[in-house]
Amino acid sequence: MTTTLPTETGLRARLARATRRLRRVPGTVAVAALLLLAVAVLVIVPVAPHAFDQDVLLGATPAGTPGHPLGTDGLGRDVLALTLAGARSAIVGPVVVALGSMLLGIVLGTLAGYRGGWIDAVVSRYVDLTLAMPALLLAIVVAGVVGGGYWITVLVLVVLFSPSDIRIVRGAVLQHAHRPYIESTRVLGLPAWRVMWRHLLPNVRPLVLTTMLLNIAYALVSMSGLTYLGLGVSPSAADWGLQLSDGRDLLWTNPAASVVPGLAIILVATAVNLVGDHLSERLDRGEDA
Amino acid sequence: MPVARFLLRRLAALTALLVALSFIVFSLLHVAPGNLVKNLLGPRPATPEAVAAIRERYHLDEPFLAQYAHWLGGVLRGDLGVSARSGTDITTVLGDRVGLTLLLAGLAALLAIGVGVPLGIRAAQRTGSLTDRLITGSAVVGVSAPGFAVGLLLLYVFAVMLGWFPIYGTGEPGLDRLRHLALPAVALALGTGAMVVKVTRTAVARELQQDYVTFARSRGVPERVVRRTYLRNASVPVVTSAGLVVAGLVGGSVLVESVFAIPGLGVLLADSITYKDVPVVQAITLLVAATIGVTTALVDLYTAVADPRVRRATVGHGRGRGAVGAVADPTLPDASLPTSALPDGSLPGGMPGPGAGGAA
Repeated sequence: MTTTLPTETGLRARLARATRRLRRVPGTVAVAALLLLAVAVLVIVPVAPHAFDQDVLLGATPAGTPGHPLGTDGLGRDVLALTLAGARSAIVGPVVVALGSMLLGIVLGTLAGYRGGWIDAVVSRYVDLTLAMPALLLAIVVAGVVGGGYWITVLVLVVLFSPSDIRIVRGAVLQHAHRPYIESTRVLGLPAWRVMWRHLLPNVRPLVLTTMLLNIAYALVSMSGLTYLGLGVSPSAADWGLQLSDGRDLLWTNPAASVVPGLAIILVATAVNLVGDHLSERLDRGEDA
Repeated sequence: MPVARFLLRRLAALTALLVALSFIVFSLLHVAPGNLVKNLLGPRPATPEAVAAIRERYHLDEPFLAQYAHWLGGVLRGDLGVSARSGTDITTVLGDRVGLTLLLAGLAALLAIGVGVPLGIRAAQRTGSLTDRLITGSAVVGVSAPGFAVGLLLLYVFAVMLGWFPIYGTGEPGLDRLRHLALPAVALALGTGAMVVKVTRTAVARELQQDYVTFARSRGVPERVVRRTYLRNASVPVVTSAGLVVAGLVGGSVLVESVFAIPGLGVLLADSITYKDVPVVQAITLLVAATIGVTTALVDLYTAVADPRVRRATVGHGRGRGAVGAVADPTLPDASLPTSALPDGSLPGGMPGPGAGGAA
């Protein structure tokens, strides 16, 4: 199974390797990746410009109402359009959370792992302390009490997510820091930043990418939980968590108003996790994912 | 006395955590927008005397650290302060609700562990099989699906569509209450249960790959005995994940309680946040942190008792989200082979080694 492939660099050889790699992707993971691709399209392309059109007189209607295949919510907004528009709020924030916390993780983790000494001591104590705290609860409390909009919430989550990223990057850097190729850069007299940036970082990159993917799923779940409580979104925004809490009172008139966004959260988070798990499994087996 | 020193160190860490957390939580009061005096006054007229009295009573004119000291002193004496919204004593407010949340979280923990551990063991024993893939697949869904979304789906299917369970409320104490709490407990247990499955599977699979298992099997030690041995060894990381379980249940219960309108601590927290009732928020956060802290300490105690290596070395950093992701080798190469693969009459101590694959 782990046949060592000759590392040819021609286009044909690259393509062949890519296909061979793709063939080993399980069906579920492929479906998940396709789903994520579709969601990405939803985020970039404004698919549902009429999502916010209200029709208060119409109110909540069940699925199958003419013109509204999934019915309308309490404000008479089309559930299908609102759910499609909600993809943006559901994806953009978590992606930024994953990027931001990983940026912190890379900077602090590399410094702590490579430099050691007091930097490592301070960073590690900080990580130990913050990892012991209940993240979701703190997020709820901080976002709720401090208030503020979507991006404040994203910032809070970046801070709360960073400790585990710092720890992961630090561990990976520590594994590499004393290998000959790094020692040799020191012998050559390269400045520390160059060693970290050009030599250490490329080697932790696969781990960083898979960790970020798993973080996106976790951030999606956390953020939709916050917006479910009404934190971090304006009450009229298109957001799955918000739709769930609004739709909760409509379970008898139009269950789709809450069931559809609920399924959306579960499906997207599962898809991200499936792809992330698959990549990290490959990583463990030493394949380049 | 290494055990005593170990425990002392963990206790010091726990205290540091609680102090740090209480400090963060206390600072919230000062970051929070809105006028505290106005909140505390409520509908009463804001006469200068009344304002002065409130500032005096809550030490608002003193420096920040002195206020923190006052608050902490009160907390240590069991006085959590007064709710800014209702003006009632927070200790009594919490007392009414703690029981309900504890019952819900307890039920969920029972479900998560009672179902999660056996499934994890099963998956590890049959690594790579269909059973394993089904179990790990559902674990991925379970980890991904937030409790409140699952709760809403359960509510729709089992309460609205089928009518098997009530939608709101907590019912009378006793069996009726269990019926009311069944759906919330399942919703809450799903995420943590999936985590337990992952941790258990990883731990058991790792033990199964050890040489002692291979050796015991090749010697013909009864599988019952082998199982008892590796399960006990695998128990340490599983118990260590209890901290994760508690943290997950606590975070999730806020959301799940609000889905099912259960008047527990979680709903109180959400309400207090909405009404900026910061003293109550502080009290609940601190209570929760203390619970998690005590759990972690108990877990540490267990690992110290169960595994002498932990006492001697510094404690490994096995906790945190990163630890869950550790994936065992999906195909156990030779650990499962030797019992059947070894030809009769071979030396019992012979290494099954890398050549075990050539059995026929």
